Amino acid sequence: MKSAQEGAAALYHSQPKGRSSLLRNIAKSYDLYLMLLLPIAWYLIFHYGPLYGLQIAFKNFNPAKGILGSPWEGFGHFERFFDSYYFWRLLWNTVSINLFSLIIAFPIPIMLALLVNEIRSKSFSKWLQNITYIPHFISVVVIVGILNVFLSPNGPINMLIEAFGGTSIRFLETAGWFKTIFISSNIWQNMGWQSIIYIAALSGVNPQLYEAAKMDGASRLRRIWHVSLPGIASVVVILLILDVGHFMNVGFEKILLMQNNLNLESSDVISTFVYTTGILKGEYSYTAAIGLFNSVINLILLLMVNRFARKTSETSLW
Amino acid sequence: MSKQMAIKKTSDERIFDAVVYAIAAVIIIIVLYPLLFIVSASFSDPAKVLNGEVWLLPKGVSLDAYTNILHNDKIWVGYRNTIIYTVVGTVINIIMTILAAYPLSRPDLPGRGAIMVLITLTMFLSGGLIPTYLLVKELGMVNTMWALIVPGAIATYNLIVMRTYFQSSIPWELQEAAHMDGCSNWRLLFSIILPLSKPILAVMLLFYAVGHWNSFFPALIYIRDEALHPLQLVLREILMISQSAAIEGGSVGLEDQILLSESIKFAVIIVSTLPVLIMYPFVQRHFVKGVMIGSIKG
Repeated sequence: MKSAQEGAAALYHSQPKGRSSLLRNIAKSYDLYLMLLLPIAWYLIFHYGPLYGLQIAFKNFNPAKGILGSPWEGFGHFERFFDSYYFWRLLWNTVSINLFSLIIAFPIPIMLALLVNEIRSKSFSKWLQNITYIPHFISVVVIVGILNVFLSPNGPINMLIEAFGGTSIRFLETAGWFKTIFISSNIWQNMGWQSIIYIAALSGVNPQLYEAAKMDGASRLRRIWHVSLPGIASVVVILLILDVGHFMNVGFEKILLMQNNLNLESSDVISTFVYTTGILKGEYSYTAAIGLFNSVINLILLLMVNRFARKTSETSLW
Repeated sequence: MSKQMAIKKTSDERIFDAVVYAIAAVIIIIVLYPLLFIVSASFSDPAKVLNGEVWLLPKGVSLDAYTNILHNDKIWVGYRNTIIYTVVGTVINIIMTILAAYPLSRPDLPGRGAIMVLITLTMFLSGGLIPTYLLVKELGMVNTMWALIVPGAIATYNLIVMRTYFQSSIPWELQEAAHMDGCSNWRLLFSIILPLSKPILAVMLLFYAVGHWNSFFPALIYIRDEALHPLQLVLREILMISQSAAIEGGSVGLEDQILLSESIKFAVIIVSTLPVLIMYPFVQRHFVKGVMIGSIKG
């Protein structure tokens, strides 16, 4: 501390005024910068390092020559990807899984929060919340394991179908079922956890608004519609934008675990393709290009949604 | 007239309440049933589970599955590895996150805006899987536990949550007063800030620890050596490989093997998930605070 003060004093005398107070401030905070040293170095290496390494998407990466030494390729990898027979399949699966998730799974935590808000018994509502949070803490591996058990030919679901006279369905080995299973199990796992934020926002709605609506003879459904929903609208918009922010990457690990040769038709997405072709088969440059394509699409979507939200609702990330 | 309206209103209210509670009950059943089924199946006779005889309560109670696990070395190796990765990883996570969050919570830090932009940008821009993989490889971390810990040392979202907590829950005047008394920034952090931040530290501890406990993908790509496999990779083998063997094989010799692996599936799920669920009640009451703070725009 003492040396910092001395340093600051020295700076004060040697620098012209105006800038000197800023420099003094910097010198005074030297130990704060010391704290930041490790984290900033980490961010530069592990976040900006890969961004730098992304140039291999335009090169023919050769591990022996390194990133800089590898020869340039231009847009060759992108062209190869766009011309490949699996391009449209990968794009459609990636977009549709995430779009269906957004349409079907996104509103459910909001509805759950509205439901929790309508429960008058405090202890029951706490129970409901704490129970619905539990699945969030279960690992993807276990979730997919549970799916395997439940949807297997002799699992409870098929037993139920047979009990009602139906024929058992091979859910996990049928491409047509993949997206439904993926999205509904996501809802089961995450609805409670994602509702927390809406529940917290709802608790911040001014109770007088409810009273006033009641006085005006609004039914409880109308009060939900006209008081609760507008009260959380800005939180909804922010979370929607954030969701779009990783639109193209959602659930990658789970998809990978649920994938098998029989459902590949609808489970093959860009990120799993990057893993199998890039890491397992070693086509680094090609898959880095595909990953870059994925990120660019995602960034464009994010910018568009943010802009749209700013114009229509005056709520946006920036 | 008005009395009639009042009666109508209260009966409407009652119906509404009934519907609310009915939906809530259905949700609780949907969430809990699979979990209860797993618990019951783990204590049941495996043959009865395979025949679909178990619905809710255990049938032919047996602890065979659990004793089988006791003799499975792979699971214990995975368990030990995961405990090591979780403890070391979480300690590093917490230290790194505090080191970044505290200075950035200080309004008097020159350049703080620029550093925040540098950090926040990484939430939306990333090099992606392949360049990250090549970097970790280049750094010589492949096949060591550091590949699982260092690349994920800070979760930016958690960093922002913690920074917002420091900023909004600890009065700035308190820090200024401490400064007047000649308290250094390090001492300030350790003797004032951190003791006042226990709730957020508890939540972060849970988030990071659960993340490590449940993580499987980094290990899948970085860890070749089976002796270093974390629990989730072992689990994946037990829960999924036998599944695909059942799809592709179906030969007679496999049947015993399948029955054996089927029998421990449920118990393995319980044994691997229990530590997380035990931790849960202790931190649960801080969730709302932790999640809510992160949502504050800034």
